[in-house]
Amino acid sequence: MLVLVLGALVILGAIYAQPAPLEEPVVVLPSPDRHIVVQRPPDETVVVLPSADGHTGTVIVQRGGERHVLNKPFAASRLTGGKAEITQLSDAEVRQSFGVTLQALPAMPTTFLLYFITATDELTDESKGELKKILAALKQRAVPDIMVVGHTDTVGEPERNDLLSARRAERVKGFLIEIGIPAGQIQTAGRGERELLVPTADNVDEPRNRRVEISVR
Amino acid sequence: MRWTLLACLFCFAAGVWAGDVGQIKAAAGAVFLERQGERLPATVGMPVQESDTLVTGADGSAGVTFSDNSVLSVGPGSVLAIERYAFDSTTHNGHFDASLKKGTLAVVSGKMVKQSPDAMRVRTPSSIMGVRGTEFVVKVTEPGS
Repeated sequence: MLVLVLGALVILGAIYAQPAPLEEPVVVLPSPDRHIVVQRPPDETVVVLPSADGHTGTVIVQRGGERHVLNKPFAASRLTGGKAEITQLSDAEVRQSFGVTLQALPAMPTTFLLYFITATDELTDESKGELKKILAALKQRAVPDIMVVGHTDTVGEPERNDLLSARRAERVKGFLIEIGIPAGQIQTAGRGERELLVPTADNVDEPRNRRVEISVR
Repeated sequence: MRWTLLACLFCFAAGVWAGDVGQIKAAAGAVFLERQGERLPATVGMPVQESDTLVTGADGSAGVTFSDNSVLSVGPGSVLAIERYAFDSTTHNGHFDASLKKGTLAVVSGKMVKQSPDAMRVRTPSSIMGVRGTEFVVKVTEPGS
């Protein structure tokens, strides 16, 4: 018995005396499943949102052979620990996870229309009121890129209408400069009677064609 | 025709370089654009080009508007590569491939997606997303974070 125990101790001693192989240093892992965590792909969440007009589009998420079609407000495709699922999130959950991100989203590019009194670069009374709202909206935007395009109706000579449409655009550019938008960020063009909002024959007095379009991005 | 003319006027007047596809409209905290191996601090008004990578620090967020009127933003700790971008303002044809390596992304698709539904694709490490005229958000969380 004693011999057996002594023998075992000698063998163990011999094993411990062996120097550890240099190419495989012994490392104590802080967590037993660390290896598994490293192998795992990143977790992912994709959520489709209703747009400002209430419409919800479609996002198709292709992950390996799997395909998730998201077309309802706040429908989500999730990959967690390598497992994929379709789920439904709430507005509040999206806000919590993406609040800072959504706040950084720039204002959507948009277009405004202003209308003019016949043969002049004077705004109609209605458009004078509208102009205040447009200027307020433009002031909210950081570094707006603005394109101002003037148009006329079909009354009068096309050449005169080219000049009139350019004057209308320049007049509106002046309003924008007045509220502090740098002139370099505002481009203008006069399109004369080439681009009617409401198609008409020649020499037709059509108020909706006497306009300036302000496109802002 | 109309937009070609306008685009020409615009490029001429604003001196916009042909490679510019978008513009930084919002930047808070640490925000960088990686361009051809260089890391440039990103500021509001700075143009964005194809092949740029948008990087934000732990306190960073940024918003970009593109020439087809699509807009996107990234939240803190994000890496977003604008891999391919082209947009024809006359036909509205184009393509937009972006890749979110990590962090968060919000997207509102623009004119090229209206014109052809397959024009925009967003990748993550495990997925490819096709976009059909919509607004959506994406989050990629790295292992152990």
